[in-house]
Amino acid sequence: MIEIGLGHYLTLGAIIFSLGTLGIFLNRKNVIVILMSVELILLAVNINLVSFSIYLQDITGQIFTMLILTVAAAEAAIGLAIIVSYYRNKGSIRVEEIDEMKG
Amino acid sequence: MLDLNFIIPEIFLTLSILVFVLIGVFVKNSFEIIYKLSLFLIFLLIVIIFSNNNEYSKIFNESISIDMFSIYSKILILISTFFILFISKRYIIDIKNNKFEYPVIVLLSILGMFIMVSSNDLIVFYLGLELQSLALYILASIDRDNIKSSEAGIKYFVLSALSSGLLLYGCSLVYGFAGSTNFETISNNTQAFNVGIIFGMVFILVGLAFKVSVVPFHMWTPDVYQGAPTSVTSFFSVVPKIAGMAIFIKFMYVPFREILDQWQYILVFMSIASMILGAVGAMAQKNIKRLMAYSSIGHMGYALAGIASGTENGFKSTLVYISIYLVMNIGAFGCILLMKRDGKYIEEINQLSGVSKNHPLMSLGFLIILFSLAGIPPLAGFFC
Repeated sequence: MIEIGLGHYLTLGAIIFSLGTLGIFLNRKNVIVILMSVELILLAVNINLVSFSIYLQDITGQIFTMLILTVAAAEAAIGLAIIVSYYRNKGSIRVEEIDEMKG
Repeated sequence: MLDLNFIIPEIFLTLSILVFVLIGVFVKNSFEIIYKLSLFLIFLLIVIIFSNNNEYSKIFNESISIDMFSIYSKILILISTFFILFISKRYIIDIKNNKFEYPVIVLLSILGMFIMVSSNDLIVFYLGLELQSLALYILASIDRDNIKSSEAGIKYFVLSALSSGLLLYGCSLVYGFAGSTNFETISNNTQAFNVGIIFGMVFILVGLAFKVSVVPFHMWTPDVYQGAPTSVTSFFSVVPKIAGMAIFIKFMYVPFREILDQWQYILVFMSIASMILGAVGAMAQKNIKRLMAYSSIGHMGYALAGIASGTENGFKSTLVYISIYLVMNIGAFGCILLMKRDGKYIEEINQLSGVSKNHPLMSLGFLIILFSLAGIPPLAGFFC
């Protein structure tokens, strides 16, 4: 039997974090997928914080997690609002078509 | 209860924002009145902060520290916001953006910056940073019938959310390996070769570098500056930069001061790369707002050079540099906001020909400011 310790949780957090980051960079289709990837990154941070909080016997990490969940909701709301306003002007939210400005 | 005395500016600002929103809802065409009230509120806040500057302390379980440094940053933020709101009124009305939300959102982002520059704890820092960024996302896309403005908003949102995520991952690692979210405790628990904390420090550095737009995290700056309305661009180029540099100084000198050897070379690289890219990138630009974007990338490189020295004199000179930078940038954007031909605002550089014949005084002022930005000797930009 393997004892599941802090290292396993941190690895899980790191994997989810990498998935989120890669999702932002490799995605060529849809802006909504980027929003989901940002959410993944924040959830990876939450896994990290909660496992550290249990490991250190310190409640601060869990309080931090609750605040991050709240902020993530606000961020998703504002992100969707910006996407709606962009869609009304452009008629599409494909990532490769976001190129009005180049320099 | 006594602790509340120290955050009277924040409490006053919060309550005023709530009242402004109510006025905006119940009074028709309330842009004018909210705009004037906001200017008055900023003036009052400067007075309140000045009248309370003899006592310094760490309050709320040492999670907020009110000291000379945070008071100085707050005053800089307030003064620059006052002038930027003041110079951009005509423009806001001309592009038909005169809704009462505009000053309210600007005030909300200032509230976020206040919390951020006086934070002494990772949680308070993160909440302040997010309050500031959420308000800035909306500001970038505030001209919602303009495709460029919405595109600037979407680009800023995606990249900024990514950098907040990186910064937060760094915060979680630092919390786990130092065992606390308090800045002083982190610094006391840090040994020179703790890999976890160094890892977290690098992630936090990436997030902060993004917020003040230094190379290699500058990609968003030209696009957002060009797409956002010019009044917003002038705000973007000054106020978040002051707050970002202030929190940059705090992070490097309070929680991470024990691992100076580790971050010094990163900062030196970022600083030199920004100076070079700011100078080289600006040469090919045709749009004056993109030009200002590259100029601000270069100037942030110079400001970082002070922090990278790792000494007390270094961060003092960064503060002086930021103070002069804000004067130069407000002046430059004041001129850009004035330049208009046949009722349309000019942004392309080749359309500026002949401006010295029509507006000699304004173009002389613009010339002096541009020389100062470039660092020609008798002007302030040269001396720091």
